[in-house]
Amino acid sequence: MLAPAEKLPTPLGLLAELTHRCPLGCPYCSNPLNLDKRADELDTATWARVFREAAGLGVLQVHLSGGEPAARRDLVEITAAARQAGLYANLITSAVGLGEKTLTALADAGLDHVQISIQDSEQVSADRIAGYDGAFARKRALAARVVELGLPLTVNAVIHRANIERIGDLVEMALALGASRVEIAHVQYYGWALENRAALMPTREQVERAVGAVETLRARHHGRIVIDAVVPDYYAKYPKPCVGGWGRRSLNVTPAGRVLPCHAAESIPGLEFWSVREHTLADIWASSPAFRAFRGTDWMQEPCASCPRRHEDFGGCRCQAFALTGDARATDPVCHLSPKHAIVGELAAASEDAAYVYRR
Amino acid sequence: MTEADKTHAVADEARPRLPRGVRLVHNEAQGGFVLLAPERVFKADAIAAEILKRCTGEATVATIVDDLATTFAAPRERILADVTKLLGSLADKRLLEL
Repeated sequence: MLAPAEKLPTPLGLLAELTHRCPLGCPYCSNPLNLDKRADELDTATWARVFREAAGLGVLQVHLSGGEPAARRDLVEITAAARQAGLYANLITSAVGLGEKTLTALADAGLDHVQISIQDSEQVSADRIAGYDGAFARKRALAARVVELGLPLTVNAVIHRANIERIGDLVEMALALGASRVEIAHVQYYGWALENRAALMPTREQVERAVGAVETLRARHHGRIVIDAVVPDYYAKYPKPCVGGWGRRSLNVTPAGRVLPCHAAESIPGLEFWSVREHTLADIWASSPAFRAFRGTDWMQEPCASCPRRHEDFGGCRCQAFALTGDARATDPVCHLSPKHAIVGELAAASEDAAYVYRR
Repeated sequence: MTEADKTHAVADEARPRLPRGVRLVHNEAQGGFVLLAPERVFKADAIAAEILKRCTGEATVATIVDDLATTFAAPRERILADVTKLLGSLADKRLLEL
């Protein structure tokens, strides 16, 4: 008998990687190891069309990201196009290379929210992690300007061995800067972070202390600042529902126009990605082989296929499953039910104070 | 002190408004009203949408409650309880100014 076709999900968010160019060199950068070149970047008009198509699909929010989005000279036009398409425009920036004049123009163009990454609460350490002298001071100055302009500010703090003991200071700094939200985002180990894993990975004891610290800080600052925490999944019992389920909540457009179910999806060999240069976004969302590959639960193997949690975490992260087991259909080995779970423990224990391989 | 003790009080004379970066929009594809906020989206049910539409920074909480009680011919105390709960929790999340 024919089963009724599963209803196609409606996406909520579009991550627009406007460029891979960035002045910083963070060793956990979420960009792929092979960066798109400037000459291959989509032009302003194409981004505007992508935003209109996204809104037509039901997308509500666009995250203008990179690389450093301010490396694009047309960032103000791109932001205006996102608002004209009816989208909520969120800027995800390093703050380096984004001048006050541009920021004011962005606010006038209807920018809804700004997220600024800050590498640590101490200047020397922050600049060392970013691989850029003076970054910390510029970030603080721009954050203050965001708040002066009346824009809501999120401080994004990526957490790893070099700053995990200063989560309390990072939250205090976010409060002092006037942020209404702070992300305590433990490094997820793909791409550049996988390259630098031994130098970034905190110990289990550090992670447990960090989780406790976040709980205490949430209670202390309740009503003043929202603290969102992304757990370090190497120490978790269950995997995270990566991007809310493959091809279910969000899409990612690379600087050159390839559309990915998540920013790391190109690390899985054999997937066929379609480009906005050749297809509409609706066509890609519904029919591109990469989006269909792991949508829903039909692709699963055991122990996922019969797991009662399969509709909650969707078997975890496909990129991590491939990176650690060599099989993109495997259960994310972070899950304690994975037959390959022991790998994760071994990798988490392998730490070494090596110099960072900066993303360049 | 528990978290509940610290929740924002919602005074009758407060004039609630959605701050910049928080917008109530109707979206066909998502099946109704949604509240767009920094890196998050909340579905607003019919009651929440009616309350939030009135949070313009002009009307006081008391006026909003009176208006809703009249419009929907519902007991004022029940409306007040709904309004207080919604606005208090949004203010706690920094998604509403009181």
